[in-house]
Amino acid sequence: MSGRSRRRILWISLAAIAALFIAIGFLQMRIEAEIRTAAQQREELLLRSGPLLKRLSLGYDALLGDIYWTRTVQYFGGRVGNPGEKFELLWPLLDVTTTLDPKFIVAYRFGAIFLSEPMPMGAGRSDLAVELVKRGVQANPNSWELSSDLGFLYYWHLKDYEKASAAYLQGSKIPNAPTWMKMMAAQVAEKGNSFSNSLAIWTELYDSTQDAKVKKNAFVHLQSLRALQDTLELDQLAQQYHQQNGRYPASMKELYDRGLLQGIPRDPAGFPYTLGTDGKAELDPNSPIILPKPSEGPSQ
Amino acid sequence: MSAIAGIVAINTFREAVRDRVLYNLIVFALMMIGASILVGEISIGIDRLVIINLGLSAISIFGLVMAIFIGVGLVYKEMEKRTLYSVLAKPVRRWEFLVGKFGGLLLTLAVNTLFMTLGLAAALFYVSRQFLRTDATILVAIYFILLELALVTAFALFFSCFSSPMLSTLFTLGIYVAGFFSADIRGIGTVTRSPAMQAAARVISYLLPNFRNFNIISAASHGDAIPFSLICQNTAYAALYVALVLIAASSIFSGRNLK
Amino acid sequence: MSTPAIEIEGLTKDYPVGFWRPRLRRSLDHLTLRVEDGEIFGFLGPNGAGKTTTLKVLMSIIYPTSGTARVRGKSIDDVRMHREIGYLPEQPYFYDYLTARELLEYYARLFGFGAADRRERVTRFLERVGLADAGDLQLRKFSKGMLQRVGIAQAILHDPQVIFLDEPMSGLDPVGRREVRDLIYDLKREGRTVFFSTHILSDAEMLCDRVAVLVGGKLQGVGAPAEIVSMQVYAMEILFETQVGRTLPNSLANSATQIGGRYRAEVPEEQLYPALEELRSCGARILSVTPLRPTLEDYFFKLIASNKTVPQPEEAVSR
Repeated sequence: MSGRSRRRILWISLAAIAALFIAIGFLQMRIEAEIRTAAQQREELLLRSGPLLKRLSLGYDALLGDIYWTRTVQYFGGRVGNPGEKFELLWPLLDVTTTLDPKFIVAYRFGAIFLSEPMPMGAGRSDLAVELVKRGVQANPNSWELSSDLGFLYYWHLKDYEKASAAYLQGSKIPNAPTWMKMMAAQVAEKGNSFSNSLAIWTELYDSTQDAKVKKNAFVHLQSLRALQDTLELDQLAQQYHQQNGRYPASMKELYDRGLLQGIPRDPAGFPYTLGTDGKAELDPNSPIILPKPSEGPSQ
Repeated sequence: MSAIAGIVAINTFREAVRDRVLYNLIVFALMMIGASILVGEISIGIDRLVIINLGLSAISIFGLVMAIFIGVGLVYKEMEKRTLYSVLAKPVRRWEFLVGKFGGLLLTLAVNTLFMTLGLAAALFYVSRQFLRTDATILVAIYFILLELALVTAFALFFSCFSSPMLSTLFTLGIYVAGFFSADIRGIGTVTRSPAMQAAARVISYLLPNFRNFNIISAASHGDAIPFSLICQNTAYAALYVALVLIAASSIFSGRNLK
Repeated sequence: MSTPAIEIEGLTKDYPVGFWRPRLRRSLDHLTLRVEDGEIFGFLGPNGAGKTTTLKVLMSIIYPTSGTARVRGKSIDDVRMHREIGYLPEQPYFYDYLTARELLEYYARLFGFGAADRRERVTRFLERVGLADAGDLQLRKFSKGMLQRVGIAQAILHDPQVIFLDEPMSGLDPVGRREVRDLIYDLKREGRTVFFSTHILSDAEMLCDRVAVLVGGKLQGVGAPAEIVSMQVYAMEILFETQVGRTLPNSLANSATQIGGRYRAEVPEEQLYPALEELRSCGARILSVTPLRPTLEDYFFKLIASNKTVPQPEEAVSR
């Protein structure tokens, strides 16, 4: 074939191929959207049995585990914050991931937080979270982080201070475990639910995790704890004012005028606290912080 | 299209039949018979589910194996055996020959699938004594499988133009696996830290042949309705991608100096 | 002057040889040739000279590095050109799962012949090449000679104007070769052009109007066989038998060669009669006297010797 006509045909073919690729890319996006809406009716994870998948993967279980992990992250990330979201597939996904790769510590830690976190930020299933982390502790005896997560779950969600303390103690025995774990075991055993314990636990979680979502979650909890602490202190000051003046203060400024406050206090997000009608301190309505529910937070 | 391509296609089909390729239907039939009998023993309620899942999966796998194993030899064999010489001396353009080979294998696959569909229908009837309206989804699932096979065939044919059957098999399987996990490639991109990698993973995941688009086996076994728009989109997707691969194959084949 | 059947201009083909740093091996070097309508044209050369390469380029099985070619005025790039030509490859390979009839029908379809036309042609040409009985036999059961015949049939069943045959006599017994020769004559009588390559020179001498000689990819000479070799007699050959007990004449004793009971001697033309006299006086019986002229073969050997080219195995790269 003559050189020139062949070259021309080659360029045309290349252009056609490029154009087709572009069309294909856009069509693929449409198809995925179509499939998503069609599949919304029924959440489907075709194979939920971890052991079965392990056998099917013909030795490539760790790779398959990685794939299921990325699916878990995508699944969660795509739904977090949706009102009414129950994250029904989160447990099966994490179950399969950790069965395929029992040493996938990141997955256990992720599950510890987001399986237990109440809806709509998590699945609200602390029982499953505990089961997951217990498996992780067994499979990874050298991971103090997982013992620490177990302690967190017992302390924060299950309010079982005995088991929490036991978990911290066991974790503290692992070589390379940080010293605070031993102290935490003692504190929890002694004081149970307290601000200092809660703050310490969430702070350790915040420091020890590398997962951005977990970190953010811990930060939110810390802020909310501090806010709670602040409001309780402010309540006490309001009580003092009441004793002194026979009525509750109408605003923070009144407390300040009376010398009970140094300045107008702000919550950790920078919004000023306000006073409600019965002298109860409240958060500014614009503040993103949410106080922990009575069932969650510490009482002292 | 081209009369020549049609003539080559029919001859390719004839070759496949004489190569006794269709004997795989016997294995399929035995399998469906065995499954139908066994399923009765297991439990009531999921018998239809098992038959449909098994049947459709088998149709898909048998088809894939056939598409790859015959496809990788389509052009290679003709070049090796020199049977191509006397054909190209006729007024046959190289791309017409290629499209004809593609059409012939696709026809073979379609005929094979048709027989397997009949076998599946027979097994389904034997097990549940009736057909439901929702069984129409099974037909859609089979149509999607055919679309998938067309695309795999195109890739096998493409590789057949320049590499040996063994390498071509590896390449085609590689593309299939990569395409199958394309959504996960995108997912892996989202957990990496580099935005460049993320963007690259995204682009690649959209351009790879997304074979999972064609898999609606579980929907078929549950009798879900398939939106007509999806059928159109998948058809368009397969058509565009097959065209792309065949254009690439033609470019390569047209410039090749044969032995 | 009418359009020549075949026009080749500056056709060159280079092959890369070697893996790491491929060098180019030139298997066709600026071949320029013209074949007129209605000729039987012989394309001669030793193995590896580039004959098959030339034919493959003309068929667009391989592409030239440079140069052009036209057949009946149409460029070899034009697919329509193929309608007017027939081609017999060097070692015919056909789909062995088809019968002879099916193969010819398939090819006839590719030309666009209608069903009735196809059937008639296939039957006619199977007969013409002597395969009327083997029409429904699968090609994988065919002998080499039979395959060659099928090859010829598929080359001519569409009544092409120009027929290209690559080594058409190879693999055939003497009967087969005679049949091919007759076929080539028939084709010429029908007004078609036949271009065939061969390394059997006696065939070329007998059949061809003109020949071209290719050695090492280069055209060495073109012309009628008689032009290429001079018609001059260079010696006389005498075949004779001696009587029992009688000796050879002295003049011939050294130069004569013996084959069985017979002798062969070569003498210069002017010494023919003296030699015959001597033989007669010895009582020898003269069997034949033949004037010797140089053959294409001699021309060949001379050519090769002067070129000092060792014929490269042309097909080693591609086979």
